[in-house]
Amino acid sequence: MEKVEGKVCSIPIGPYHPALEEIAFYKVYVDGERIVDALIKPGFNHRGIEKLAMQRSYRRNVQLFERVCGICSDAHTTAYCVAVENCLRIDVPKRAQYIRVIEHEANRIHSHLLWFGVAMHAIGFDTLFMHSWATREAIMDVVETLTGNRVNYSVNTIGGVRRDITPELAKYIEEKLKIVEKGTLYLIKAVKEDKTIKARTSEVGVLTKEEARKYCVVGPTARASGIEEDIRKDDPYINFEDFDFEVCVEDTCDVYGRIMVRLRETLESIKIIRQALKNMPEGKLIADLPYPFPSEDIGRAEAPRGELIYYVKSNYTNIPERIKLRTPTFVNLPATKPMLLGNKLADAPQIIISIDPCLTCNDRLVVVDLRSGRERIVLLQDFIRRRVRL
Amino acid sequence: MWLYHAPAGGLCNGCDIEIAAAITPRYDVERFGILLAPSPRHADILLIAGQMTKHSRERLLRVYQQVPEPKAVVAIGSCAISGNVFTTDNYPLAGTIDQVIPVDVYVPGCPPKPEAIILGVVKAIEKLEKRTAESI
Repeated sequence: MEKVEGKVCSIPIGPYHPALEEIAFYKVYVDGERIVDALIKPGFNHRGIEKLAMQRSYRRNVQLFERVCGICSDAHTTAYCVAVENCLRIDVPKRAQYIRVIEHEANRIHSHLLWFGVAMHAIGFDTLFMHSWATREAIMDVVETLTGNRVNYSVNTIGGVRRDITPELAKYIEEKLKIVEKGTLYLIKAVKEDKTIKARTSEVGVLTKEEARKYCVVGPTARASGIEEDIRKDDPYINFEDFDFEVCVEDTCDVYGRIMVRLRETLESIKIIRQALKNMPEGKLIADLPYPFPSEDIGRAEAPRGELIYYVKSNYTNIPERIKLRTPTFVNLPATKPMLLGNKLADAPQIIISIDPCLTCNDRLVVVDLRSGRERIVLLQDFIRRRVRL
Repeated sequence: MWLYHAPAGGLCNGCDIEIAAAITPRYDVERFGILLAPSPRHADILLIAGQMTKHSRERLLRVYQQVPEPKAVVAIGSCAISGNVFTTDNYPLAGTIDQVIPVDVYVPGCPPKPEAIILGVVKAIEKLEKRTAESI
């Protein structure tokens, strides 16, 4: 701890810290117990994925983008495939789209239950952490039987999917969904009735509707601040227009709201999977692919953490000319600052976790010059030279 | 037996959630007396997952140095072992883990299943016991 000015102290959190799952650096300025300022410094995770993507074929990039983030792996491949399909005008068969929807929603359920467990762990409620991860194993079984993998599914491909769903498998999924639904309802009951959870999360980490608009937050963080936005409803992709579901909005604007939004969304996702299994159309699994031609387009998807955008620019080769990602945490992370201000230091971990930060998706190479306060993206040669000089 | 889980910088979280899954009810390593430690200073075994970046290299080394002797290191996942799809020569990356710190057990997979992680930890415990016996 170092003394900054008068009574204000600065406390570094990270890069390796028990409260954080991934490595990032937070510098929190406190006056006694109250947080008066916060500095967020990500960047430890940058792997140069966009550069790698411009060296590989469209097909091989699916495996690469899946590994941008292991938690929302399906959202990344979906957004990437949608972007390429928009770009190269590929018509995907409806059966493939429905299978994609099932995987997309199974991915959301697993992500939300995982996050809920971590959030409960942050407030010290380890029993519910265990409960939610036990429930999550049921959906992991579904994913594993469906795709053969627990984390990186590799089922989406350009123009369709690689695996089919048989009627026996559909029955198995239905049974597992019942377990997940029962578990989720229990978690909702626990959150609503437990006084400790309310005390630790209500009116903590408040992000008002105006501030949420100002910081352009997306996904559950925005929905917990009373903004009704969901890419699945606003700009339906992979045939989401066929499904009937509710956009969960809470107006409490605090950590409690974010918990409730995510748990309610889990139930909605179960509803969507059931509809997809019931109305599964017959047909091909993969479309005929054209030769690439110069074009550009974007693909949007509602990842578990919010809106995910992929931009693809093609030329006559089978390697994309440019690919750009905009991940939800990139817009959500700055919003942790207004959430942290005025709160107690003990509440910092759960506030940081409440946006479900996924730094693996987020990290960019940015250098902040503290003396001039200027921020710029550095080039590779620049970066090496700087390292040597420092 | 205390484990400390250190992400090596560039990681996709896949291995991390599988490590976390190993401590939750389905796999429950706690029944074998294995627990995650909140600090490297309390740990016996260091679990490292993910692709090491230039940014995190020094910090990872510091975490390794903070683990008291005798210690064992388990590299989890293809990224830590060989670079996986990210290769090892892309500009922000700093090679594989074993180029920087000595690794005792490798657990391959992208990501390895929780069962495989538990097996890796068990092997590390065997090595650690042997090492402790030798040092006495």
